[in-house]
Amino acid sequence: MSTYSITVNGERKSVDVTPDTPLLWVLRDSLGMTGTKFGCGMAQCGACTVHIDGQPTRSCVMPVAAVAGKKITTIEGLSPDRSHALQQAWIAEEVPQCGYCQSGQLMSAAALLVKHPKPTDAQIDQAMSGNICRCGTYNRIRKAIHRAAEATS
Amino acid sequence: MTTPSRADVSRRDFLKTGTTAGAGLLVAFSIPIVDRLGRTLGATTAAAPLEPNGWYAIGTDGIVTIVVDKAEMGQGVMTALPMILAEELDADWNRVRVEFAPTGPVHQKRRGRGQSTGGSSSVRTSYDPLRKAGAQGRAMLVVAAAQKWGVDVASLRTEKSVVHHDATGRSIGYGELAADAAAIAPPPEPALKDPKTYRLIGTRMKRVDTPSKVDGSARFGVDVTLPGMLVATIARCGACGGRVKSFDATKAKAIHGVRHVVKVSNGIAVVADGYWPALQGKRALVIEWDEGAHRAVGSADIAKQFAELAARPGTPVHKVGDAGATHGATSVRAEYHLPFLAHASMEPMNCTADVRADRCEVWAPTQFQSSTFSTAQKLTGLPPESITVHSTFLGGGFGRRAEIDFVTDAVETSKAVAAPVKVMWSREDDMQHDFYRPASHHRLAAEVDASGTPVAWTHRIVAPSVIARFSGMTAIPKGFVDGDATAATGEDFIYAIPNRSVEYHHADTPVPVGWWRSVGLSQNAFVLESFIDEVAHAGKQDPIALRRALLAGKARHLGVLDLATDKANARPLAKGSARGVAVVEGFGSFVAQVAEVSVKGGEIVVHRVVCAIDCGQVINPDTVEAQVESGIVYGLTAALKGEIALDKGRIKQSNFHDYRVMRLSEMPAIEVYIVPSSARPGGVGEPGTPPIAPAVANAVFNLTGKRLRRLPLKLV
Repeated sequence: MSTYSITVNGERKSVDVTPDTPLLWVLRDSLGMTGTKFGCGMAQCGACTVHIDGQPTRSCVMPVAAVAGKKITTIEGLSPDRSHALQQAWIAEEVPQCGYCQSGQLMSAAALLVKHPKPTDAQIDQAMSGNICRCGTYNRIRKAIHRAAEATS
Repeated sequence: MTTPSRADVSRRDFLKTGTTAGAGLLVAFSIPIVDRLGRTLGATTAAAPLEPNGWYAIGTDGIVTIVVDKAEMGQGVMTALPMILAEELDADWNRVRVEFAPTGPVHQKRRGRGQSTGGSSSVRTSYDPLRKAGAQGRAMLVVAAAQKWGVDVASLRTEKSVVHHDATGRSIGYGELAADAAAIAPPPEPALKDPKTYRLIGTRMKRVDTPSKVDGSARFGVDVTLPGMLVATIARCGACGGRVKSFDATKAKAIHGVRHVVKVSNGIAVVADGYWPALQGKRALVIEWDEGAHRAVGSADIAKQFAELAARPGTPVHKVGDAGATHGATSVRAEYHLPFLAHASMEPMNCTADVRADRCEVWAPTQFQSSTFSTAQKLTGLPPESITVHSTFLGGGFGRRAEIDFVTDAVETSKAVAAPVKVMWSREDDMQHDFYRPASHHRLAAEVDASGTPVAWTHRIVAPSVIARFSGMTAIPKGFVDGDATAATGEDFIYAIPNRSVEYHHADTPVPVGWWRSVGLSQNAFVLESFIDEVAHAGKQDPIALRRALLAGKARHLGVLDLATDKANARPLAKGSARGVAVVEGFGSFVAQVAEVSVKGGEIVVHRVVCAIDCGQVINPDTVEAQVESGIVYGLTAALKGEIALDKGRIKQSNFHDYRVMRLSEMPAIEVYIVPSSARPGGVGEPGTPPIAPAVANAVFNLTGKRLRRLPLKLV
């Protein structure tokens, strides 16, 4: 066991875990931040996507030891009040069904919009195909990303 | 739009309840609002004196709190069911709150039914009772207003939770009337609205759960957190039907954070401070397995078993005319094969239980609360009044969560370690210990007369039985027919063919089978809608024209077929692609789909799917469109990718790298059109799934001349 200091959504947190503990379980079990979801444990589904220093990252395979001192943003930190353009667009397009994958979808989309404020369909394909949705909300996700891009331009 | 404010109320109560009860944020979604015992209602801070029945309460503040007794797994029941009730109540939708219904015999008796969700039946089975429930309360409120003002009931009207007396310009809110109305007996048969006057039903109402699903606040089963809670994972025997022979927990217990290692029905539970140490502990377990009788069985053995059975006459299912005689000039024969499939919901199976000496609480993402309740009761031996089942959101259900294995895990483990325990399944556990969509084998033959019309049709189905497995049948009686495995092939076959014979072989395999979105239709529609195309081509007929001829007089089937083909034809077909069509009736609805495909590098690419559905009276068209599209995507994974294989008695696939599913970049454009209808509501969660595989297969044939008779569809 070691003590790690990480910055989550602007707040410094101290956790006592083994160095190999993935960030996902630090967030969920140690810090009680359950918005970030567990889907596969091997970076195949994207449900656990968070931002580490702005980069979309699968937290299920990211050891806590590797993120000490870095800036982590989770779905809880995307906006304080669902005001992020993507959250608004997700509501407007009624994207979620079961909703389980949507935290990860939103975090992937948010990183995409930082990189490409007006993404093409090909850029959306590339950025979003690591995120699985078994309810099949993909086409609404695409529409919502375009809508959010329009709203922020 | 006021949805966010409603969600805010929920979240405040979440927090409030979480603090006072110390039971986490989940609780508010399952607090009983219907309470005859005088406890404080969780719905609002105001008193809620009016409870016309087991479905809702009206507070003095005018807030209407409606309970939803169906599982919310993405299909939108949390919005659609309250819309039905609020319609007849004439409630102000902006002042409606929605909660998961409390579970247990007392509550179920008041609502007049048990709690399970499946078969695309939530709206279908709730439409009448919820309309009546809403109308009862409205009638009571109107009588209360009439008494208060000394006027005739007939002179009053209601709108948005207010009773109006237009003659005198007076009006009064439901909240102010609630206490008086509670003294009035609920009318057993209240008058219902003419659907033409609906204000809520049929509108694109925003889903009440959406805001909580864009900020991470929606609570799923995996999110349940209780004071002092431990997290467990269970080592399960990889071989189907195997068991633990012996185990050594020494190394597992040496892992930091591991608290207990206990044997439970489904394996060895490692109980720890969190999921990560539990997983490390599981990996450190030394277990000797008794791999059981099936340890040598593989997919090839099952395929051989199916083919052998298909060669022999089976149990008669349906017989009209004489399909055995020779009728026509051309005969068509074909064999089809479908694999086992996993559900692979995004949220792996899990359940949380807190078993104490005198009570048991269970938090479950379940499609089957009644069974969750009875399982907890059976495993603890406690009386029903000591059992509480809390519903959570489901991160996908698709039929998998109708099972109770994960409930057994949690209740047994909590009981064994005398602490609240959340049992988490890894993705590998979830993939390899599913109850799979049955594999099946189909032998078909048809005869086509000189005019190209099919006159005889025989169909022999070989498939394991979900019904036998689910109901715990230990021996299969002679003459047993699984009505689900034979769905759409008997009386419910949609085409007019004068001589038909259908037979069934029950095929026992080591692979546990279960309900999978659209169940028997998911298999049979592929076979029937592919083979009818084969028959059309054998008789040199256009497959759509032949379908129309054989569906003569069936207005709803023809309605969706015409709408889907018209809409598809409204756009020119891209060069190098082709269209295929399929029509399905199921779950009280009618669906036709047209798929446009091309082939790129030997791979089938689906570019566009046009779907028409007639699901009768629509509650929320946006939800219908979303559900049908969802069904298509789920079906596309099965059509193009899904396959669970068995090797040495073990499921080979383990995670999303080898059980591949549709991803965003592979999505076709999907258009969903709804046939306007005033017929009784039909289901929408499943009917979108069955037609897509045959529509794609038929398009592939039209493009390449290759008839693909196995799923997943592969050209090489």
